[in-house]
Amino acid sequence: MAREHAHSRDDHDRDPHAPVDESHGVRADSALLERALRELLIEKNVFAAADIQRQIELTESRTPELGARVVAHAWADPGYKTWLIKEPKAAIESFLGIDLNLTPELVVVENTPKLHHVICCTLCSCYPRAVLGIPPAWYKSPEYRSRTVIEPRAVLAEFGTRLPDDVEIRVVDSTADVRYMVLPLRPRGTERMSERELAGIVTRDSMIGVAVPGAPRRQTKVSTTKDAGLPT
Amino acid sequence: MTPRFAAGDNVRVRAREIATHCRTPYYLRGKRGVIVRGHGTFPNPEELAYHQLGVPHQPLYQVAFDYAEVWGKRERNTVITADIFQHWLEAVD
Repeated sequence: MAREHAHSRDDHDRDPHAPVDESHGVRADSALLERALRELLIEKNVFAAADIQRQIELTESRTPELGARVVAHAWADPGYKTWLIKEPKAAIESFLGIDLNLTPELVVVENTPKLHHVICCTLCSCYPRAVLGIPPAWYKSPEYRSRTVIEPRAVLAEFGTRLPDDVEIRVVDSTADVRYMVLPLRPRGTERMSERELAGIVTRDSMIGVAVPGAPRRQTKVSTTKDAGLPT
Repeated sequence: MTPRFAAGDNVRVRAREIATHCRTPYYLRGKRGVIVRGHGTFPNPEELAYHQLGVPHQPLYQVAFDYAEVWGKRERNTVITADIFQHWLEAVD
């Protein structure tokens, strides 16, 4: 289900001079339709090619690192955490210095020792792109979208996340205009970590809620698979 | 449109059938839940999808459903929430 991780790693390793594959697995007819529509809209002066380029750059600048910094800051500063949960957009804009004016409403749901949230979208693939970037392919798969509401504990287990029975699992189906992001539970043993180090253990998957943040790595040997948050 | 529900209210999702676009998942229709929070009002997606303005804007709520209510079988400590528009909700005791 989470093979996407391996894929995004490959992207970093590829030959920088190789031709850029822009298809991203998009069907040829969809790509053709997009191109025809884009060229028509440019020709009709609805927008310019530069506008599209700007939008692509903005989209690509949004990565899970943004969400991770927000989470680490909320862990380190209880006052900020309160603000983040009360007014997520304002708190994020202020801390990261980004503009969320044109992005959908955002709600931050907080995990506690007795409550674990996991986000999905059964109707399509709604995702907090403003703070987590482009969703992984598995998030958009029919399997994840349907199974997460039907057998959430089994889905979490496939991501290597096994929670005690006394922890409530709250599946958050983002069915409408609001996007959800999980504020994961700060792991034990991280009390001495700096905010920067904390941000380093907050994974994308932990902000979707299919995983929990990694423990400090100093003493433990972590396999590459586990490191990438892959289901084991 | 003014919000009719507040956090803690018991509601039921209308078991309506419509053939056009809407944001109310089938698996929750007719199910009882509890309002978690109001999200404010948003253009009605059923109109927006067909190039209308979506007025009046509809209040949107996060609604929590017990797993057993949704799927008819027990699952330990599991709740499902979804965002449902007011015109799809009716009050229950």
